[in-house]
Amino acid sequence: MNKARNRVEAAIAALALLLGITACGPAEPGTAGAPSVVQRLTEAQYRQTIADVFGDDIRVAGRFEPMVRKDGLVQVGAGAAAVTPSGFEQFDRLGRSIAAQLVAPERRSRTMSCKPQSDTAPDDACAGQVLAKYGRLLFRRPLSPEELAARIAVANAATKGSGSFYEGLRLAISTELEMPEFLFRIDATEPDPDRPGRLRLNAYSKASRLSFLFWNTAPDDALLVAAERGELNSRNGLARQVDRMLASARLASGVRSFFVDMLGYEGFETLAKDSMIYPAFNPAVAGDAQEQTLRTIVDLLLTQKGDYRDLFTTRKTFVDRVLGPIYYVPVAPKHGWISYEFPEGDPRAGLLSQISFAALYSHPGQSSPTLRGKAVREVFLCQKVPAPPANVNFTVAQDTSNPEYRTARARLTAHRTNPTCAGCHKIMDPIGLALENFDGIGAYRADENGAPIDASGELDGVHFSNAIELGRAIHDNPAAPVCLVDTLYKYASGHSAGPAQREWLQWLNGRFAAQGYRLMDLLRDIALSEGFYAVTPAPAPTQNSAINDASGRGEG
Amino acid sequence: MTLTRRRVLRGISRGIGASVAMPLLDCMLNANGTALASGAPIPLRFGTWFWGCGMNPERWNPKATGAGYEITPELKPVERVRPQINVLSKFNVLLDGKSNFVHYSGNLGLRTGQAPAQAEQNELPTLDILIADAIGTSTRFRSLELTATGNPRHSYSRRSTSLVNPSEPSPLAFYTRLFGPDFQDPNAADFKPDPGVIVRRSVLSSVSEDRARVMNQVGAADRSRLDEYFTSVRQLEQQLELQLQKPPPAEACKIPEKPADGPIGQDIAVSLTNHKVMVELLAMALACNQTKVFNMVFSDSASSLTRAGTDMTHHSLTHEELIDPQLGYQPKATEFHMQALGAWATFVEVLAAVREGDGTLLDNCLVMAHSDTSFAKMHDVLGIPVMLAGKAGGRVKTGLHIAGNGEPITRIGLTLQQVMGLPVDRWGTGAMQTAKPLSELLA
Repeated sequence: MNKARNRVEAAIAALALLLGITACGPAEPGTAGAPSVVQRLTEAQYRQTIADVFGDDIRVAGRFEPMVRKDGLVQVGAGAAAVTPSGFEQFDRLGRSIAAQLVAPERRSRTMSCKPQSDTAPDDACAGQVLAKYGRLLFRRPLSPEELAARIAVANAATKGSGSFYEGLRLAISTELEMPEFLFRIDATEPDPDRPGRLRLNAYSKASRLSFLFWNTAPDDALLVAAERGELNSRNGLARQVDRMLASARLASGVRSFFVDMLGYEGFETLAKDSMIYPAFNPAVAGDAQEQTLRTIVDLLLTQKGDYRDLFTTRKTFVDRVLGPIYYVPVAPKHGWISYEFPEGDPRAGLLSQISFAALYSHPGQSSPTLRGKAVREVFLCQKVPAPPANVNFTVAQDTSNPEYRTARARLTAHRTNPTCAGCHKIMDPIGLALENFDGIGAYRADENGAPIDASGELDGVHFSNAIELGRAIHDNPAAPVCLVDTLYKYASGHSAGPAQREWLQWLNGRFAAQGYRLMDLLRDIALSEGFYAVTPAPAPTQNSAINDASGRGEG
Repeated sequence: MTLTRRRVLRGISRGIGASVAMPLLDCMLNANGTALASGAPIPLRFGTWFWGCGMNPERWNPKATGAGYEITPELKPVERVRPQINVLSKFNVLLDGKSNFVHYSGNLGLRTGQAPAQAEQNELPTLDILIADAIGTSTRFRSLELTATGNPRHSYSRRSTSLVNPSEPSPLAFYTRLFGPDFQDPNAADFKPDPGVIVRRSVLSSVSEDRARVMNQVGAADRSRLDEYFTSVRQLEQQLELQLQKPPPAEACKIPEKPADGPIGQDIAVSLTNHKVMVELLAMALACNQTKVFNMVFSDSASSLTRAGTDMTHHSLTHEELIDPQLGYQPKATEFHMQALGAWATFVEVLAAVREGDGTLLDNCLVMAHSDTSFAKMHDVLGIPVMLAGKAGGRVKTGLHIAGNGEPITRIGLTLQQVMGLPVDRWGTGAMQTAKPLSELLA
């Protein structure tokens, strides 16, 4: 029956696609897709999943081992991350603590769907009910009968060992929280019936991709039900879920997570400023500076449904009492945020003029036109800046006592006379120098060491005289929206796009432009495309690593 | 015991070039020093101590070799521990035509015996991992990683690119991990196994039950990452197994005071304070047999240490500070690495202050201190400074200066492995492969 329904839906979808050709440009080109991935849950994903599955009153007290950024994103790094012994120790501690809170007497009425026949003896039926319910939400798919039987056996044995049903159940739930099926998002594939010989993600892995992309958490019950019923394999069924998720208030949390990753905000965890040079900077400023930028993004892209490129030019933002003094903006309420628009003629507009960008891409005691220019190239334009040569000679720019070199511009100009350095610095510094009116924490300054700051520069042939005009130049640079599409695809799929996806990405870019660079439309296009779920087989094992690994643990 | 036949063979197939007689594997378990009064053997420990951004070679390298070497201007901070250490100068990391990935190639080349082919990638495990796999399996923790920089990412203990052991940046969290509720006092009068631990251990073993099925689902690269995950699970199981046995007495073990929850971060004043507290805790972690292997990071590879009121980090100073024409060096940058060397001397003193058996805790350790570069301004990987502390239970001499004069730096790593009882007669790849240990060091 389902099959018949799918066929009808497929026919409708095909028709819609045909109609779509006239309405919104060309149809989606085929793509072989990208290799399947195994991604370790990030800290944010772990925390959000626990809150969603067990309730947000469950404390997740502990540290997570740091993730490594790869190809510009932590989410891609998650596809290369393992779990170290000390990292697993943490997961074990967290798992036991979460499970203990879950079975605590005061929570049982909410968290337990059944009562055991006795508090001191095993009750496989009741334990099984609880373990199946949570196992499905944690593993993001139902447990197989064998898997469930194994968890019940753990609860049974641990109940006998401890003399307490809830202690046994606690330990069994803690194992669900420590198993690889929870800690890793493992792509599962199946043959694609529409494209013989090719693979696609199975319905549950599709559900996970959608859920982590839109909400940065595990699929909810409704999405898992849709996967169970095969609805995610039909265009209409998929669209119903995608539109439900896009309409949810939780979309903001998914969009925030994406930008936190893209903007490199894990750098704030260890960002320190010299307190003698920047007495105004403190952890509250670091925290609220990120919040300001994320609020600006969510407001423009989701609430206003605005043009992504306007992030570089918008004068609208939000401030609070913590940030007010640095912006010289009075903030009346003691707590919370007010919306604020920098007046016409103010030197600030766009994300690059905000404290978060200025402070993150600076040194502890100075601003850094080079770091800022590099960030613009790499983060917003997806252009890789080569690493500096090892034996750089900085002598020409060393002499800070020289009155010629009072500003960063003067020092960097001198540095660029070295031909080995010039090549890269000329693609970074002219961007960063336009932001020199913002010091190492983003406070405005007109001069440096007594010399007036010249904030003029150039980006790919477009000249500008200050930060406002730089924002406009990035807004108009064709690489900026293309970079967002690339980065979002990478974030969503866990892979940098390869040559096989070039045509598909061009199609996506075409639609993004035609729809006025609206993020929600882009998210919808990705989620409804076939290319997003197409998977190539994992590469064959190489000779000396995997074959040995597969042979077993072997304690020697 | 997890230096398995498989792992050794895999090491060979990846080109480590270990010559292995399999029956020798037994000897890895018996790297014992002298005996305690109680008759129990004193364990042998290994550690690394790292500081970033090197030194000024012409002011650090002594000219004379052997026991009579002169204290140079930049060895002044370690003069007070001269009898307990060895100074190793002019040993080189050889890049074999690969790029010098700044602050990475020197550090990882020294620690893995191979210059990395790409930044932030290591194809081979670092030295401490090889040694921990051999000697670290009978203690609660296979190894402990610490950093005084406040950043857990600052760790050079790496099994692979995907498996970097994170460093603990907080003295208080380190204390809690070591001496919190799960700590078993080795000198407690009575011992009875905790029934809770018995249950936990059996429950934990169920986590790996489906190992084969999970592994078969994924491709080769992912499989080796999952293999690392399962190895981590197994290590926790072993930790629990140990908690069920009565720990051998440890005469030098005294449970330390709980440290204050102070600031952590990269200001050098804060780092020096935290380093001292961490070393004192670490000394007791060793004396109480919690681990045999450790890695201490004083400052990271491109040293991000700062000094209140100075606008540049240590790293920026090494590149941008003017060489003072009168002094002949960069005074502000130099002040940073001189303080790092002072911290190393403190480290040695703290370990030497703990009495153990007939000697000191330090006597039963072998600790290698090193940096990522010699002259940081040019990211030079030739002549990276190395120092050793401790007598490794009487197996090595101290008080010497050994000059490498351009020999590959892998000679040091090979010697360390052999002293720690690993059955290797060659280490390193390409131009850095060596079969020549530093015989002048051996007692």
